Amino acid sequence: MKPAAFDYHAPRTLEETLDLLAAYGEDAKPLAGGQSLVPTMNFRLAQPQALVDLNGIDELFFIREGERGLHCGGMTRQRAVERSGLARKAAPLLHETMPHIAHAQIRNRGTIGGSLAHADPAAELPAVAVALDASMYVRSVTDARWLPARDFYVGLFATAMEPGELLVEVAFPRPRPRSGWAFEEVARQHGNYAMCGAAAVVELSEKGAIEKARLVFLSVGEGPVAADQAAAMLVGERPTATVLRAAAEEAATKEIDPVGDIHAGPAYRRHLARVIGERVLTRATARANEAALM
Amino acid sequence: MNQTIELFVNGIQYRRSVEPRLLLCDFLRYDLGLTGTHVGCEHGVCGACTVLLDREAVRSCLLFAVQTNGREIATVEGLGDGPQQMHALQHGFWEMHGLQCGYCTPGILMSLVPFLEENPDPSEEEIRELLSGNICRCTGYQKIVEAVQLGARLLWEESN
Repeated sequence: MKPAAFDYHAPRTLEETLDLLAAYGEDAKPLAGGQSLVPTMNFRLAQPQALVDLNGIDELFFIREGERGLHCGGMTRQRAVERSGLARKAAPLLHETMPHIAHAQIRNRGTIGGSLAHADPAAELPAVAVALDASMYVRSVTDARWLPARDFYVGLFATAMEPGELLVEVAFPRPRPRSGWAFEEVARQHGNYAMCGAAAVVELSEKGAIEKARLVFLSVGEGPVAADQAAAMLVGERPTATVLRAAAEEAATKEIDPVGDIHAGPAYRRHLARVIGERVLTRATARANEAALM
Repeated sequence: MNQTIELFVNGIQYRRSVEPRLLLCDFLRYDLGLTGTHVGCEHGVCGACTVLLDREAVRSCLLFAVQTNGREIATVEGLGDGPQQMHALQHGFWEMHGLQCGYCTPGILMSLVPFLEENPDPSEEEIRELLSGNICRCTGYQKIVEAVQLGARLLWEESN
């Protein structure tokens, strides 16, 4: 239960960091909050040759408004977002999700970029990033690019990033007028990995029909699962209870592929997806209605 | 390759040479002899090893000692000064039977210190949410909740 030996680097600037990541390639791991990486190292499931510690790079810690909405530096602690009045206003879905991520003692260390880049299918942040159409700013020594969250996730614990690349910033678009959001998950104990969870965003037209919807699940596939058919069914419809339930039903029966484990089999996870899907769509719609009145 | 670190633990400055893979919990226990920090699951789930890093509760099994260079650590040893001079929270646990075997207690106490600083009068629900980050296999948590409630009251009385 002790990590294998590794070279340790604690760069102070992003430039230095990218140089190190380029030099090591696949043999180095960036160390963000360490709340997922260090456990796997303690069990020796991961034995990187080198760790590049990002905790001393001041320029990666920030929460600010920018042209793409709420911008968070990759090293922004989850706890900092939870405590941020700006985040609550500018990215309320992100803010509402924070307390569901593990425990306060983990969020004190865990980072926005670390969780997004780790791409755990049971993690909350990837689902929220996809639901919000967030974009990821990825850099290497030679390249810098913005990637839509949807293209960032390519499989189980897999992202579109190449060795040598680092997720340095994430931007969450501001809520649109007449839109609402919701997040919910079911875990055996508060803070445990959820057996199923979902994030929803609903945008209404001036006449009160659904103009745009997003429903994204976690823990029921290889990554965040966007229920696009369910969302398409909703567009143009009046958001009645029957319509929302039918969309959740569609998502739960046709769009997810849950794998069972000791805590929850596939059938139970499907059941949860149906129930949680309906709840988040309902709450998001109620909030969109409130926003439309303002 | 070893690296030299300098840090404060419970207000005392230490300078040690450590291997980068040395976990903070093992550094505290083996290098500094501060065995009040307990090691349970070693993957961040049980909370027994919780300490304060710059006044925030963190898992010391998920930090490398080298990462604490120049930082301030607080462990359970820094709370009370023996049975005659317990910290208010420790008094709460003693009085309300908030422990049986005591293995999880140091981690719970260290989780509670910043929690009660931020929220001196927490509801039972807030207490239970905080405690979700620390596993106790003896008590069933009821006594721990009562201990926290008493500890919070004692802390409040001390500061007013």
